[in-house]
Amino acid sequence: MRPDMPGRPARVGDGPVARRVLIGLACLLTLAFLVAPIALIFTQALAAGPEGYLRAITDGDTLHAIVLTLTTAAIVVLINMLFGLAAAWALSRFRGPALLLVVIELPYSISPIVGGVMYLLLYGNQGLFGPWLAAHDIRLMFTPAAIILVTLFITSPFVARELLPLMQAQGIDEEEAALSLGAGFWRTMTDVTLPNVKWALLYGAILCTARSIGEFGGVSVVSGNVRGQTNTLPLQIELLYNDYNATGAFAAATTLTLLALATIGAKMLLERRRTA
Amino acid sequence: MRRRHLAAGLASASALAALHFKQARAEVSTILNVSYDVGRELFTAIDIAFVKAWKTKTGQDIKVDQSYGGTSKQARAILEGLQADVVTFNQVTDIQILHDRGQLIPANWQSRLPYNSSPFYSLPAFLVRKGNPKAIKDWDDLTRDDVQPVFPNPKTSGNARYTYLAAFAYGLEHNGGDETKAEAFVAKLLGNVPVFDTGGRGSTTTFVEREIGDVLVTFEAEMHGVAREYGDAGFEIVLPSMSIEADFPVTLVDRVVDARGSRDVSSAYLEFLYQPEAQEIIAGFGNRVRDDEVAKAHAGDFPAVRLVTVEQVFGGWGRAESEHFADGGLFDRAFSPGRQR
Repeated sequence: MRPDMPGRPARVGDGPVARRVLIGLACLLTLAFLVAPIALIFTQALAAGPEGYLRAITDGDTLHAIVLTLTTAAIVVLINMLFGLAAAWALSRFRGPALLLVVIELPYSISPIVGGVMYLLLYGNQGLFGPWLAAHDIRLMFTPAAIILVTLFITSPFVARELLPLMQAQGIDEEEAALSLGAGFWRTMTDVTLPNVKWALLYGAILCTARSIGEFGGVSVVSGNVRGQTNTLPLQIELLYNDYNATGAFAAATTLTLLALATIGAKMLLERRRTA
Repeated sequence: MRRRHLAAGLASASALAALHFKQARAEVSTILNVSYDVGRELFTAIDIAFVKAWKTKTGQDIKVDQSYGGTSKQARAILEGLQADVVTFNQVTDIQILHDRGQLIPANWQSRLPYNSSPFYSLPAFLVRKGNPKAIKDWDDLTRDDVQPVFPNPKTSGNARYTYLAAFAYGLEHNGGDETKAEAFVAKLLGNVPVFDTGGRGSTTTFVEREIGDVLVTFEAEMHGVAREYGDAGFEIVLPSMSIEADFPVTLVDRVVDARGSRDVSSAYLEFLYQPEAQEIIAGFGNRVRDDEVAKAHAGDFPAVRLVTVEQVFGGWGRAESEHFADGGLFDRAFSPGRQR
């Protein structure tokens, strides 16, 4: 609704001065809190020149951290898409499992570090299942498997939560129609259900990717911080920073920032398609 | 039964130490060194030298994996199953915990290697702004009303515990051993600290980048990192009249090395830390070393300071922890009135 629309009661901020002040303030805050830090990351990363930047980025351990982070995100997103689809489908088709919804949403409200500690208390050597795992020579904690598990836990609501409102709103009419026309379960799934939710599914996947790439707290607890093995990109950045290696830290941070910007770009593209 | 097992393990360990890895053979191709958060560059350099030395002596290729983090967290991870063959920490208590909570190492771990298993050491020292405008020379200057010292919170930082204990030891010495007066001295000093960060790196940032405070109290070794990162143009190192020895203890994790069959190469790694080649590298990173020759060669970088130990003044880390740093202990008492002023 535009402010000069006739018949609309005047609001605070409609005056030319107030409007300019508000817009100016918004721009200033955006500059100070969003643009400046991102610009700083890039200037710091390039402080030692392009060669220094390249050397920092291609450092073996940093490269490994990038690969580990992306692999983790890929696995986690794939599993979460399947899980999210199944959960949202079940929740929107059957009545009753409100408890399931609470469980699915739990990771939203739990601090990631608590998620990490929970896994440690369950599967660590002094944990609940730890002794059994140790006796069978299964090592879960402080391996990439632990990183994937914890990231999975933290990002599990993202796809489901994105799909659920849509599936609830769409109802089951189309699916019932498909079934009554003789389509089987899988046919209904691939031809009716999935096409209806594909944008929401992708959108959830993108949110999930962004979240899992940036995850720090939970992963930090179960990673063991073995560089070149279980150090993810955020952990590697902390390590380099602690080490007085500002160029390395900021160079690694640029890759994380670029990944984030790429996901945001994908998200915006998707939003345009969804609303188009 | 366990004790006998340990004794046997110890005997074989010392036998191996005597052999000095000439005939030792590694059954594994990698070992994991779990270390403190800012040890990366130091141990990266040491590992390169060790890999070469091991190859020369045994013909075997070995890879040393590394993990860095706060030592309390690292100790916890090892207790929960992180497969550390050796640990190289900057906190005695966090190694002791591996025995107390998990029986992963024997009780006498500290006597298995020379100098209480600490191949090098450092000490809390002062970093002041160029020209030392406030003329800060010793611990009592930090209690002056016009001086703001910066160091992390001793509750969360091992580094700051040494600072606190060094100041306390100074307070004891200058008050004829009167603990109440020493406590008042430390309380005054703590009251002057404008901001307590959680770790050493945070305090360095506070002092160097945010330019808060007149003197940064941290490990002498850390100051070499500051010089590397920021250039030493704006700062000077000041050594107080006395300080406390901050150990960097190391040990094998017996449970892990015995399960993995990596005892030989892991012991060799720790012994290597005491050899001139490694000691030279260690000194190059600003740490004080044990080897006489190497120490002499670097004497210019490390002026003599009279050092006391936690053992001498406070009866060991166990007692220091329970008397000073436990909730409601001496530190809490000295800290609260200082904050209220």
